[in-house]
Amino acid sequence: MVAAESAESIVKAIHDPSWFLRYSWLIALLPAIAAAFTLFIGKRTPGKGSVYGITALAAALVMSLGVLWTFVGGERGFYEASIPWFQIGQLHMEAGVYVDGLTAVMLVVVTSISLCVHIYSLGYMKGDVRYTWFYVVLSLFTSAMLVVVLANNLFMLLVGWEIMGVCSYLLIGHWWEDHVNSSSAIKAFITTRVGDVPFMFGIFVLVFITGFTTSNIPKISEIVSSGGASVGLVSAAALLLFGGTIGKSAQFPLHVWLPDAMAGPTPVSALIHAATMVAAGVYLVGRLFIVFLDADPVVLQIVAIVAGITMLGAALMAFTQDDIKRVLAYSTISQLAYMIAGMSMGPAGRTGAFFHLFTHAFFKALLFLGSGAVIHAVHSNNMSEMGGLRRRLPITFWTFLIGSLALSGVPPLAGFWSKDELLVVAEHEGHPVLFVVLLVTALLTAFYMTRAVLLTFYGDFRGHGEPHEAPRSMTGVLVALASVTVVAGFVGSPQLGAVFGKWVYFQELEEALFVPWVAVLSTLAALGGILIGYAVYRDYQARDPLRSLGGAYTLVSNKFYIDDVYWKGIVRPIRDDVSSGVYWNDRHVIDGVVNGAAAFTKVVASGVNWFDLKVIDGAVNGLANIAGFTGGLLRYIQSGNVQRYAVFLFTGVVVLAVIFTKI
Amino acid sequence: MIRLPLVLFLSAALFSTGVYGVLARRNGVLVLMSIELMLNAVNINLVAFGAALHDLTGQVFALFVITVAAAEVGIGLAIVILIYRNRETINVDEVNLLKW
Repeated sequence: MVAAESAESIVKAIHDPSWFLRYSWLIALLPAIAAAFTLFIGKRTPGKGSVYGITALAAALVMSLGVLWTFVGGERGFYEASIPWFQIGQLHMEAGVYVDGLTAVMLVVVTSISLCVHIYSLGYMKGDVRYTWFYVVLSLFTSAMLVVVLANNLFMLLVGWEIMGVCSYLLIGHWWEDHVNSSSAIKAFITTRVGDVPFMFGIFVLVFITGFTTSNIPKISEIVSSGGASVGLVSAAALLLFGGTIGKSAQFPLHVWLPDAMAGPTPVSALIHAATMVAAGVYLVGRLFIVFLDADPVVLQIVAIVAGITMLGAALMAFTQDDIKRVLAYSTISQLAYMIAGMSMGPAGRTGAFFHLFTHAFFKALLFLGSGAVIHAVHSNNMSEMGGLRRRLPITFWTFLIGSLALSGVPPLAGFWSKDELLVVAEHEGHPVLFVVLLVTALLTAFYMTRAVLLTFYGDFRGHGEPHEAPRSMTGVLVALASVTVVAGFVGSPQLGAVFGKWVYFQELEEALFVPWVAVLSTLAALGGILIGYAVYRDYQARDPLRSLGGAYTLVSNKFYIDDVYWKGIVRPIRDDVSSGVYWNDRHVIDGVVNGAAAFTKVVASGVNWFDLKVIDGAVNGLANIAGFTGGLLRYIQSGNVQRYAVFLFTGVVVLAVIFTKI
Repeated sequence: MIRLPLVLFLSAALFSTGVYGVLARRNGVLVLMSIELMLNAVNINLVAFGAALHDLTGQVFALFVITVAAAEVGIGLAIVILIYRNRETINVDEVNLLKW
């Protein structure tokens, strides 16, 4: 555990925040404004509204780079600012930003990838029925992710987190006319919700620790690190929060939604389901890292076990996929597990995990957008209908190849450095099992990426039609991302001073290590994977050579039957038995109560009605009738005949006269 | 000297005739004339009692009654004329709007 005095010495507020820091809240606001503009006046704008999102994201990227520049310039503190939001009893809610090196890196990743995807979609989504709507949700999503990154308190983070979930749902189901897409969207939404519930309870536990006074992340961190909460509570909070991570970052056992999320448009897969949203789970663990560190060590072991299972399982599942996007989806799950494994190895691993998140975002976005260009050309997701595209789509091929090599961990591309750092940490901090798992996963990764490249770009074309290179808005983005992929690794390279570790660190700077034999081993794993893949798939025609493995192949191609277990064990019982039981209950019990109450009311009402009609109305009408009857009698007196009046007059006089005379 | 009771009988007969006329006749002019009979019956009473009691007050009152009767007949005949102009009749049975 890190000593408190060193924490105070290095983590301090920035005294003289730059303009970019003071206005960092604008970074999250700009895409939201763009989304509103696109929504309300997008269809009447030339270009159908894509211009707002692109402009806002470009501005946000410039500001994010400005923020990052502060930390590049050697700043080591943080900047925090907030305004009061609302207050419930003792609980003071605020809306505020917390910017440190980690935030700055995440801001740059999110805004740059999002800008790339916005531009790429100009070509990819051209002529789409809901083109403007697509840009609305894309911008809104970006804004929500930036809120998560910038938030200085857990409730703001939760708000952004949930908006991301909704946007993800909307974008997966973008082409909802196809039933498969809409059910994938529902699956993704509900599966992540299963993780979101523990996440929310985790937030409650943390707020409880503060005595219901604040949800401010730095304050919670301070309370936890100063031992202001029992280990049991902190461990519970950590486990519950990790539930959110499992859901959002698609870790075992809630990983099933991410491959199905590939039903959405490819730019969405690149932005949300590869580079940013799924990384939010990793970011959450990193942001509340002290909670995990101060929890019982078992918590981090659980994190490591989940990551290990996910890493290997997802990499294996990527072997048997025919859909190129699904290969990348399983690869994403596996790489996210890489990051989470890094988290489980303590502060140094946290830096490595974020470094891997940083590099992975770029090359995975590149791979997805490259696969989008391929799909755009051949009108199919299936690699069995691709092949031989190397000459027809040269730019896509070269950029995809760079992305694949980076993902495989071939030096000196980005993936090599980040994987190497994680491996070094695993070796240095004494996690031999994790070290082996990481290494094996690296080998598997290189294998399935080689398979994907060979099946897509080599051999003979097995599809239909004449594929053409994508428009320049798409290839331009591919080239830009490929260039970043080539150089991004060097910011964390130990030979070049490991600058990344000076931006992202936990409480105290870590010394970046370089262990030659680990680097050699990881390079060998990558090259080994590539060579094996090349040997197996060199002569690929139509039948996957791995099918000869028999039972093992069947097991993996059925995704370890996890989906079937969920389907048969959870979804179908709930849909058929539980829902029919609930339906019966609804029909017979609830409806019975409601109908019974209605019938009772009817009986009472008819009694009241009778009373009203007969008694009340009878009394009222009776009075009226009496008045009418007497009136009818009396009206004969009022005949209008003056002489008759005179008769009464005289009669009266005579009567009076008689009376008075008698007296 | 005529005896007072005889005069009172005359007055009562006149008054009764007037009452009958007012209540039974249908001609508006005759009704007015009957009223005149009743008033004069009263006058006879006033004068008769004034003479019997040696008091001038009765005669003074009779003079007042005559004045009022003249005015009353003037107005009454004017009303009858107006009714005749509007309805082309002076049958009081048909003048029955004074109701409800």
